[in-house]
Amino acid sequence: MVKESTTLRRGAGEALALEARGLWAGYDGQPALEDVTFSIETGCLAGLVGPNGSGKSTLLRVILGLHRPWRGDTRVFGSSGRPDRRRLGYTPQSEQVDWSFPVTVLDVVLMGRYSRLGPLRRPTKVDREIARHALESVRLADLADRRIGELSGGQQRRALVARALAQEADLLLLDEPLSGLDATAQHDLIALFEGLRQEGKTLLVATHDLSCVAADFDHAILLNRNVVAFGRPSDVFTEELLNATFQRHLLLVRLQDRTYVGHG
Amino acid sequence: MAEFIDFLGDPWTLEFMRRGLIAAVAVSAIAAVIGSFVILKGMAFIGDALPHASFGGIAVAFVLGGNLYLGGAIAAVLTAILIGFISRRASIKYDTAIGILFVGAFAAGILIISRQTNYTPDLFSFVFGNVLGISWTDVWTTTIAAAVILLLVVLFYKEILFVAYDPSMAAASGLPVAAAQYGLLALIGVTTVIGLQTVGIVLVVALLITPAATAQLLTRRLPPMMAVGAVVGALSSFVGLYIAYYANVSPSAAIVLTATGFFFLAFLFAPRRGLLWQRRFVPAKPA
Ligand SMILES: Nc1ncnc2c1ncn2[C@@H]1O[C@H](COP(=O)(O)OP(=O)(O)OP(=O)(O)O)[C@@H](O)[C@H]1O
Ligand SMILES: [Mg+2]
Repeated sequence: MVKESTTLRRGAGEALALEARGLWAGYDGQPALEDVTFSIETGCLAGLVGPNGSGKSTLLRVILGLHRPWRGDTRVFGSSGRPDRRRLGYTPQSEQVDWSFPVTVLDVVLMGRYSRLGPLRRPTKVDREIARHALESVRLADLADRRIGELSGGQQRRALVARALAQEADLLLLDEPLSGLDATAQHDLIALFEGLRQEGKTLLVATHDLSCVAADFDHAILLNRNVVAFGRPSDVFTEELLNATFQRHLLLVRLQDRTYVGHG
Repeated sequence: MAEFIDFLGDPWTLEFMRRGLIAAVAVSAIAAVIGSFVILKGMAFIGDALPHASFGGIAVAFVLGGNLYLGGAIAAVLTAILIGFISRRASIKYDTAIGILFVGAFAAGILIISRQTNYTPDLFSFVFGNVLGISWTDVWTTTIAAAVILLLVVLFYKEILFVAYDPSMAAASGLPVAAAQYGLLALIGVTTVIGLQTVGIVLVVALLITPAATAQLLTRRLPPMMAVGAVVGALSSFVGLYIAYYANVSPSAAIVLTATGFFFLAFLFAPRRGLLWQRRFVPAKPA
């Protein structure tokens, strides 16, 4: 009941965290997204799944305003045009980051605060505390003063998630935060996502871990240049739709109330 | 003891040595600060290209009778911005754009100069540096320019760092990425031009990268890297001028070679990252 009333108070525009309508985008005349349309409600944990090259990263970059779409538009919390940076958090797919840079893990996480600081302003004590807290959430607090390049691949991925958390955004766009993590770290991260959702945050997570989406996410978007399906994982994770998305045979195993996806 | 103090003090009784020292220290310190970004972004080539490109502007200013350094600075900044523009717009690699533009601007300089009959040695001081022939006006211009560049780096440190480290994330955070990238290129351009007086077109790249690379071996974070680089740069100028004075050799070459020497010292002996240090911790092969 309480949850519903807060949804009402947010107003009609706020009920939807994210909307994409008729989105076309690509590179050098080659389309990567074709007529992508979907919406995500506020307070939802949504999975973005599709094979390599299906346009997941492109879609996230279009939402962020980093890549200009050919046609169509996106609305973040009801407003189109340039999104409000303070409400959007982002974790890039980590290959784009320069790991040899002489910055510490804490320095990197602090960068998440920069969108809230104006020009000429330096991070304050409060910003540092928020950054440290974000590091604690991904269990990297004791590595805060390490150089970012000295972390393992999975630790680096978690540091990027911590930076997105430090942004204290309402909508988090995370590009494959789960890949390369060990089972414990993955489990911890999913628990963290659930915690954020309880706080009313919205998450859109690109991932290749279908079983995890099936088990823990509210919402799934099946993408292969266009949206093959979107809705509750239990509704869209059918063999027909998954095979249409991945264009190969996948095996769905339902054990009690959990769904596992494997290769056929 | 008194002899040693004389040995240390002697060079600085001469006014041109004092002038040269102030200019060289200011330039090499600021070059290391800017150079830290240059080497971290793998832009050493641009540090070589911009001073060459500035020669085009120097030649134009020479013909028109204007301020040579202003001409050089304008040419370097324009080239830097054009390099950024071309590599952002066309799918041409950064270093290709650099190669095309700097040789073009340098050739334009040669072309213009080759038409001049009163070929003065003035222009040679740009090619090889003339730190001991520098005027007080130039000393103050250099020092003030270095101070302004330092101030800009301090003020916009957060933006420059974020954009250099992760441009796409910086853009996602709403930072003016293009402005920061062009701004950094312009700062590199101005830094190389004020370095021309000290070491000349050919050697100025060494001031940008050698002290900063030395500092990279000795530090773990960017602010200390810039600070240590500045100290190494200043020290190289100081020691280099002593060598030039007592060995009667070219001061620009002496400054650059001193910096090179410091780099190899760090390369061998740097704690944890030096060559010898790493050797010590290689476990002995089991028999
Ligand atoms: N910078 C780029 N220039 C040109 N084409 C690109 C670029 N980035 C992506 N593409 C193309 O766009 C399509 C979608 O790429 P995108 O990175 O969005 O896929 P993805 O779903 O994130 O894949 P992955 O699972 O491998 O991360 C691909 O066909 C890819 O080749
Ligand atoms: Mg991707």
